[in-house]
Amino acid sequence: MIPQSFEYFRPQSVREAITLLEQHGSGAKILSGGQSLIPMMKVRIARPEYLVDINRIPELRYVREEDGYLKIGGLTRESDLEYSELIKSKYPIILDTAAMIADPQVRNMATVGGNLAHGDPANDHPATMLALRAEVIASGPGGERVIPIKDFFVSLFTTALEHNEILTEIRIPTLPARSGGAYFKLERKVGDFATVGVAAQVTLEASGICIYAGIGLTNVGPTPLDVQRASDFLNGKSLDEMSIKQAARIAADDAQPSSDLRGPASYKTSMVRELTIRALVRARERASR
Amino acid sequence: MARKTVVRVKVNGTSREAEVEPRLLLVHFIRDILGLTGTHVGCDTTNCGACTVLLDGKPVKSCTVFAVQADDQEIRTIEGVADNGKLHPLQEGFREEHGLQCGFCTPGMILAAKALLERNPHPTEQEIRWGISGNLCRCTGYQNIVKAVQYAANKMT
Repeated sequence: MIPQSFEYFRPQSVREAITLLEQHGSGAKILSGGQSLIPMMKVRIARPEYLVDINRIPELRYVREEDGYLKIGGLTRESDLEYSELIKSKYPIILDTAAMIADPQVRNMATVGGNLAHGDPANDHPATMLALRAEVIASGPGGERVIPIKDFFVSLFTTALEHNEILTEIRIPTLPARSGGAYFKLERKVGDFATVGVAAQVTLEASGICIYAGIGLTNVGPTPLDVQRASDFLNGKSLDEMSIKQAARIAADDAQPSSDLRGPASYKTSMVRELTIRALVRARERASR
Repeated sequence: MARKTVVRVKVNGTSREAEVEPRLLLVHFIRDILGLTGTHVGCDTTNCGACTVLLDGKPVKSCTVFAVQADDQEIRTIEGVADNGKLHPLQEGFREEHGLQCGFCTPGMILAAKALLERNPHPTEQEIRWGISGNLCRCTGYQNIVKAVQYAANKMT
């Protein structure tokens, strides 16, 4: 399958890339890893007239802790996260997530920035970033702005990014002590999109009382979903079997799955409940280490 | 038609260049322009991995990369795995352990496995299966492919 013809640009800097987006307006798309965009171009669902390839801007590829944040550059490849010692030791929820994206070859090209900016509710990082209360840094002609992740996913394939903005960084406030998170993804087979995915991130007090909970859902709605009701429910409660089950019920209630090739909506709802339990249990286990 | 652009790559150690449309997929560049037809178009939907090549040493699905993205980079295809006619231990392994039947997935499997062994010279069976999880085989049921990779891992130690 062959994409429609397009003009191709390979800027050497963010500034140059933004200028190109400005010049060519809505006819221009960013080419990051291309692992979501190129398949869409091959079936001609996506037909950008101008492709702005940002892969030769190495300053956008980094994973580091700085100024009270974990900062991940937009061009960071999923395989960079999969093999990062920092991620494995301090942010295992992100390792859980990255490792479940597609397959090794796709992970060598696919980027975190693209995974978020594409606006596909079936992508995995959104749920995790929602659970972590991350912040998107969008770079545009006026400079940088911070977009809280809860404001980022607007509708199907639509994010809060303006057409002349690039997602240059995702940042997560450094986690307090006694924090833990996990991402569980149910898939029909290896490499598939999620039938259902659940991200859970918690912080506990020494007594075991939950003082923070974030729960994000993959592929059970027109956007990635933030189950704020479950967060509010768990806040101030002991994270035990009863409260976890109740939080899972809330998540299942708030999910909006569609019946499709991956199963009936009722099945997906049940799986939201089950995976939320597993994610919260693992999150609690990791928070207690 | 969009302006053509020049792509310069090093393929299996040899410098090659061509003028291509930006929309030319890397797999078509490799097969149709470079004439290296060991890399296969299987599903064309980023699933099967028959199009797997090594781009700067990393396995990628060449049906989901534009040729222009590979400008100034190194590509290794299945044709570049043997060393001057001497089979790579992986190629020996696929022969010795009957790791192929129709052979369509095999180039992609070998390149994925080559990259795996370079990163992890002593993989467990689970790690091998994870390492080739981007490559589908409709013939073998994978068990002999795993044995072929284990053969190579032992040979390369």
